[in-house]
Amino acid sequence: MSLSDLFTEIILDHYQHPHNHGVIENATQNSRGYNESCGDDIEITLLVKNGIIEDARFSGAGCSISQASASIMTDLVKGKSIGEAKRIADKFYAMVKGTEPSNDSEQEELGDAVALKGVSKFPVRVKCATLSWHTLEEAFKTEGKK
Amino acid sequence: MTFDNYKKDFPIFSYWASKGKPLIYLDSAATTQKPQHVIDALDDYYSHFNANVHRGAYELSQIATDMYEESRAKVASFINAPEPESVVFTRNATEAINLVAYAWGLNNLRKGDEIILTEMEHHSNLVPWHIISRHTGAVLKFIKLNDDFRLDLESLRENLSARTKAVSVVHVSNVLGTINPVKEIARLAHESGALCIIDGAQGVPHMPVDVKEIECDFYAFSGHKMCGPTGIGCLYGRYDILEKMEPFLGGGEMINEVYPTTSNYAKPPHKFEAGTPNIAGAVGLKAAVEYLEKIGMQNIREHESRLGDSAARRLADIDGIHIYRPARNGTGVISLAIDGAHPHDISSILDSEGIAIRAGHHCAQPLMRALRVQATARASFYIYNDESDVEALAAGLEKAAKIFKPRERAHVIK
Repeated sequence: MSLSDLFTEIILDHYQHPHNHGVIENATQNSRGYNESCGDDIEITLLVKNGIIEDARFSGAGCSISQASASIMTDLVKGKSIGEAKRIADKFYAMVKGTEPSNDSEQEELGDAVALKGVSKFPVRVKCATLSWHTLEEAFKTEGKK
Repeated sequence: MTFDNYKKDFPIFSYWASKGKPLIYLDSAATTQKPQHVIDALDDYYSHFNANVHRGAYELSQIATDMYEESRAKVASFINAPEPESVVFTRNATEAINLVAYAWGLNNLRKGDEIILTEMEHHSNLVPWHIISRHTGAVLKFIKLNDDFRLDLESLRENLSARTKAVSVVHVSNVLGTINPVKEIARLAHESGALCIIDGAQGVPHMPVDVKEIECDFYAFSGHKMCGPTGIGCLYGRYDILEKMEPFLGGGEMINEVYPTTSNYAKPPHKFEAGTPNIAGAVGLKAAVEYLEKIGMQNIREHESRLGDSAARRLADIDGIHIYRPARNGTGVISLAIDGAHPHDISSILDSEGIAIRAGHHCAQPLMRALRVQATARASFYIYNDESDVEALAAGLEKAAKIFKPRERAHVIK
């Protein structure tokens, strides 16, 4: 268990220079997620049209893993359908719990998120990595409410 | 003054050292490690004297009952309670405070009455009062912090009035290590006719505590934070108040007579100890008190504050560090933040070096908001720590500061 597996350059870069940080004013869906044990707090706002995620942003505060994961996630799901995003989420959960991406296409689908693979060696940090994805899935359930 | 290194009394350290992963334990404010003396006492009780207490008319039950009650007497003398009967065994400090909130608060508070708490309370001395205030309509007020992380007693004086029914404060902050002037607070509370309740979870384990001298009405603490087992804690209560209070939980052991639809209760402390208590826990707590008394509470207090001061001096050199600890009269607790490095990340980095600290809100979310931080990293020293641990902490934090040093944006290909 080496620290460089956890704090990879890609993670540190997303943490210090996050993508899609902010709030979508005319969001169609949103959700807020907390990590009670460490205080991570994240809000996801989405602009979904005809089942396609046209924009995704996150705000809030938390550790490098939760923030980098949110940054990578919003990059990944933009332009995807809700169904596709859910499928990537499942692959992501499997990866951070220790299942290696099975082939190149899966690896490609997970993009920068592969940099979070090392989290699987740090069980206490898995929740940090999955917070934004769980919050995203909660946001999907809010469809039509706003 | 020198202070013996007591690490050798705690088998957990030799265990991890033998695995090639020496443990640097800096989370004693969460729970302390256990000395062999306490582990042996639990083993001895279960191996030789286990029976239920206050029930059986046989020798073994009498021995177990005597051991349980001797533990109460030992704890009472340790905090200088006027009599053993004013010490109620609970699961922990949290349960002790809940006991007061429910058994006293629920029956004595009316709409518009006021309870004064502080901005530095642990959730254990906040949430029970939230519940009670919802039930009774009592109002919660707060003593503010000043710039040196101490309580502003002026804000206590301003809040005190004829409506104040209780002032409930933490003796020592679990985040800041601030030692509050509880004797002065008790005096001011009493002048207004209010009760004074002290959350001593971080007090009793770390310094001499004398409830008679403080003149508080209630004092709560946990055994597991003072070398004792988990699942045993204490509530000291002024006996005349305990006598007038309704019970907290109902069941066996707390009764005098029971009829189908009514019952009357045993005298305190047993009135508040429904069901089979944590007998082994009480026996283990007695062993913990014996162990701490041998070292001397004043020695412990001085040793910890020396390590805390030394850490505060050493860590101040680290780039971007913020330390949340009073400048004077601090304890062995030091909370900190490093610019750009989240406490949770700091904790992971230290963990990789075998150093255990706590990261998060420390069950004190209102305090985090008052300090305008989301979380802090907290190191807390105890009798098995020494200067080498301060140095290891500093080295680990320097590493964290380096890893999270601001850097140029990399060219990430999307």
